[in-house]
Amino acid sequence: MDKWILKYFTLIRVMIALIIGVAVTILMIYLISEYPGESLKYFFTGPLVSKGRLFNILEMAAPMIFCGVAIALSFQADQFNLGAEGSFIIAAAVGTAFAVSTNMPAFIHIPLVLLVAGATGAAWSLIPGILKAKWKASELVSSLMMNYVALYLSLFLINSYFRDLDAGFLVSLRLPETALFTQFLPGTRMHFGIILAVIAALAAYYFLYHTTSGYEFRQTGYNKQFARFGGINIIKVIIMSQVLLGFVAGVGGVSEVMGIHGRFLWQGFPNYGWDGIIVAIIGRSHPILIIFSSLLLAYLRVGGQVLNLMGDVPAELVNVIQSLIILLITAEAFLGQWKYRITRRQAEKEEAAK
Amino acid sequence: MSELFSSIFSVNFGFAILRVMTPLLFPAIGIAISTMAGSQNIAMEGSMLIAAFFGVIVGALTGSLALALIAGIAAGVLLCMILGYFHLKLKADIFLSAVALNMFASGITIFLLFMITGDKGSTSSLKSPIFPNFHIPLIEKIPIIGGIISGHNVLTYVALLSVPLFFILMFKTPLGLRIRAVGQNPDAAESVGIDVNRTKMYALMISGVFAALGGLYLSMGYVSWFSRDMTAGRGFIAIAAATLGGMMPVGLLLSSLFFAFVSAVAIYIASLNIPSELIQLIPYLTTVIALAVFSGRATRKKKEKAAAEMAQKKLEQQGQQ
Amino acid sequence: MKDNILEMKDIFKVYPEGVIANRNVSMDVQENSIHALVGENGAGKSTLMKVLFGITPFQGGSIVYKGKEVSFSNPREAIAAGIGMVHQHLMLAPDLSVAENLILGMEPKKGKLFFDGDTAIKICREASEKFGLAVPPEKKIKDLPIGVRQRVEILKALARNAEILILDEPTAVLTPQETEVLFKTLDGLKKNGKTIIFITHKLSEVTRVADRITVMRDAKAITTRGMEGLDEDKIASLMVGRDISTKRITPPKNIGAAKLSVRNLRYTDEDGVEALKGVNLDIRAGEILGIAGVEGNGQSELAEIIAGLIEPDSGTITLDGKSLLHCTPRQVRELGIAHIPEDRMKNGVAEATTIEENLIVDRYYKKEYNTRGKLHWNFITEKSKELIAQFNILTKNSKTNVGFLSGGNIQKVVVARELSSNPEVIIASQPTRGVDIGSEELIHNLLKAARDEGKGVFLISADLDEVLKLSNRVVVFYNGQITAHFEDASTVRDVDLGPYMLGLKKEEAASGQMDS
Repeated sequence: MDKWILKYFTLIRVMIALIIGVAVTILMIYLISEYPGESLKYFFTGPLVSKGRLFNILEMAAPMIFCGVAIALSFQADQFNLGAEGSFIIAAAVGTAFAVSTNMPAFIHIPLVLLVAGATGAAWSLIPGILKAKWKASELVSSLMMNYVALYLSLFLINSYFRDLDAGFLVSLRLPETALFTQFLPGTRMHFGIILAVIAALAAYYFLYHTTSGYEFRQTGYNKQFARFGGINIIKVIIMSQVLLGFVAGVGGVSEVMGIHGRFLWQGFPNYGWDGIIVAIIGRSHPILIIFSSLLLAYLRVGGQVLNLMGDVPAELVNVIQSLIILLITAEAFLGQWKYRITRRQAEKEEAAK
Repeated sequence: MSELFSSIFSVNFGFAILRVMTPLLFPAIGIAISTMAGSQNIAMEGSMLIAAFFGVIVGALTGSLALALIAGIAAGVLLCMILGYFHLKLKADIFLSAVALNMFASGITIFLLFMITGDKGSTSSLKSPIFPNFHIPLIEKIPIIGGIISGHNVLTYVALLSVPLFFILMFKTPLGLRIRAVGQNPDAAESVGIDVNRTKMYALMISGVFAALGGLYLSMGYVSWFSRDMTAGRGFIAIAAATLGGMMPVGLLLSSLFFAFVSAVAIYIASLNIPSELIQLIPYLTTVIALAVFSGRATRKKKEKAAAEMAQKKLEQQGQQ
Repeated sequence: MKDNILEMKDIFKVYPEGVIANRNVSMDVQENSIHALVGENGAGKSTLMKVLFGITPFQGGSIVYKGKEVSFSNPREAIAAGIGMVHQHLMLAPDLSVAENLILGMEPKKGKLFFDGDTAIKICREASEKFGLAVPPEKKIKDLPIGVRQRVEILKALARNAEILILDEPTAVLTPQETEVLFKTLDGLKKNGKTIIFITHKLSEVTRVADRITVMRDAKAITTRGMEGLDEDKIASLMVGRDISTKRITPPKNIGAAKLSVRNLRYTDEDGVEALKGVNLDIRAGEILGIAGVEGNGQSELAEIIAGLIEPDSGTITLDGKSLLHCTPRQVRELGIAHIPEDRMKNGVAEATTIEENLIVDRYYKKEYNTRGKLHWNFITEKSKELIAQFNILTKNSKTNVGFLSGGNIQKVVVARELSSNPEVIIASQPTRGVDIGSEELIHNLLKAARDEGKGVFLISADLDEVLKLSNRVVVFYNGQITAHFEDASTVRDVDLGPYMLGLKKEEAASGQMDS
């Protein structure tokens, strides 16, 4: 038992954090709601009882998965890059611009738009990567700044050159049909981008755990000196991790345009970059787990919406809960005493066995 | 073009710059203090937001500006203390905790806003006191300058005064000295009996006070209500301002003014139907470039210094032989 | 006869991992004297001082200070009682001025709130004059040379009214001139009534300044006595003299030509210290070349330069005639160098990952291990299991995290990887440090087997027994230079090495070069 706990300690800690999060949710609903029983039902079962809401969860999870996987790729190499947001938006804008101004059959158009967007995101993310690798400039600050530059550049591009003057809002022209993902389930907004997100997560998993480059990422993340000692080029890893982050986030950005909105419609940050950090932390930077943590977060968000709509508790409850969960997961010493006791007991047992 | 220039060189424009600068300068000072302590606090955004909210709510409930001020500061500081607790005691990564707390602040303020007012947008239905404007006698009378400098919200003057205050705190008090020592070499501080964690906690709390003042200005000066996510990234822009300003008093003031100037120009330009986005990105781009240049210079300097020292030593040895 | 200001009696200290650092150590220090504490690395000197200073708790014995039994639970209490310590790594804030560093933690105030910078400078000047230590009060630490920084550190302790001043290897970072200044300072402090405990392993320094001496060896105090009748040779034999307990391995039969050749190698580290001052040596096929020397005399730097981890200032390194200069760590490995690093937790392994992943870090990119970038995990597991069996790594599973293994088994993982890479030359830095006897034996046998297969083994060890047990040829490092070369190590005793290790003797133009 002790051995098992030690082996899966981080996962257990995540589960305990989640359980505490749920417990606090229940507590808050009880404190606030006039009819808590109903409210709890809305929150927890609401997202699951209607087909529309179930699909809502899926479509909401897609950009989270993209950004979560992107962030995880940099976390795994021990980089703290906030640039998913910037790559997401600039790739969406450039992808939109490219899609609107070109004309070709769908089977070329779609992959080409995805590629252009991915390349844009990657190029964008390369800048903090180079600054870090070459001059040790904090990727945290530079990527945060690059996010703002990306936002304004995107808005400039869309508002000045690709704006739909007939629309009542500041939005881009509509993408041609050839560049749109088909929505494959009639009556829902299920689109190919959702499948692409899962493919991205699987690919990232394969990359990290089954390829030589992924191996280099993880060893560099675990112990830079060890990686260098063993012959790994850590400069290459730092730059590559940021480029991949930008690529995946960029594809995620344009996927939202191609699958859900049909046009670029943001006037500020869509905040998927922060969501990506949340799901990456809850999923312990593991791409497969990130699919589930994204679904979980989307489920909570939809639950919050249902609760908001039908009950008397605001949806922002979810934001409070998610931040609590993250705080607990990132607190290395949370449950540390418990782990320490088990470790000691285990050590004594092994000593006695000798 | 001449229209643009005439508006930029107008009194109103100068006045606007100081107005826009205020909610940047406060958190930039907060960031600088926590950075000097070696625990950069990027929860400024959340701290500002929560202070802006509690200021308005307590102000509306009690009608007292003083209580609103206290409540706002207490809320902002408390958030930073939670950050400190998780970072220093529970060994959480300070950046990730701060990200979480920023989300927490955004969520809890909207949540409570709805619970209290039934509205999720803003507190415009509540009547809360605001910080008064202040006309400086004599200076007010000076043409142009008077118009730019006088008549601002009291908190704008507090922000300007915070620059020398920040200098005095960090360079002229024992606490400031200890904060800097802890940031530069925690072992050194520990070795002379300074409690490193406690000192860092103080620095985070002080950074919370400045963030709170910035937040209070937004909801009780800049405008007279709280609206959801009203900080709109100012807490993050402050990171840029603090970085660009080199974490030093005058630098912070200049970089905050620079960011404010660019934002004000962008606002004016937008009103002239010229795309303002390119102007708005200038400060961020400048920060990235500055970061690259400074970091590049720092690495080069270190190498050069080591080389120079070596040469010096060789000379000394030759002299001895 | 002076009074004893400090008496440490039967101090017993065992670290949580089970290493006994002090075995009933006793030492008494007379008031107003300079007391040298000498011994090899790992003899327990630093631990003893940490016990005294309240940095680490101890399990047995007593400390009597100024006639009263004391036990400090942290450095603050020790400082308050009048004990100051100058650490090897200086405890100064680089961006603060000298005066600010000096008064940190006891800041003079102006009014109730403000720090009084002028008084701080005054305190600094006064202390500087009183103790005869010249420092520039207003200059920032980062702008000062290392010797002056150390002076600030000493002054810092004195300004806190230190009666006893502990200096932990203070000369390690100093130039000869700076060292001379330091000694004058210490003489001056003695005249001022202070007591100084001076940790060192440089014997010329001991005879130069010390009044009394405590020699430590293997966690025990060998003697505490006055300096009268002691010369450097006698101290050296006290320090390293021991019974030769281990049998030497059989000498190699087939020694080939030089494989690895190092010529005129110079290196200056980041702090501007010249770590290597023109080193020449050869390692031949089928031999074990031992490097004896007190740690910190350039051996580690030499190993890291050969492995491609740091760049030398000048000189050449060749392996079978091919230059290793400007090669990346991978290229060096490709050419046939294996490296068992001295700090296995820093360089040797990534704790948080599996044994398998640790075993392939130098070869995962090679043909057998992947096809166009796809790792062959089944093959890797299979190979890892073979290595685990072959190198006797005690674990149930090749997917166990390395961090869960014992120190000896972690070292076996490192050795398994490095020796299985089919190298030409093996650099073994402190290969058995902190491992159990069983693992030590195993590693020694493996190095011997590698030698007999015709590989060149380059053994760096602070443990003289180990060096003499394994090596057929020995060179001695002192102060970045080779001070002696014993072509036939079979008759060399550790007492023969001592004077060279401690800088008392030096062969003219010594090098580890083989003429061929």
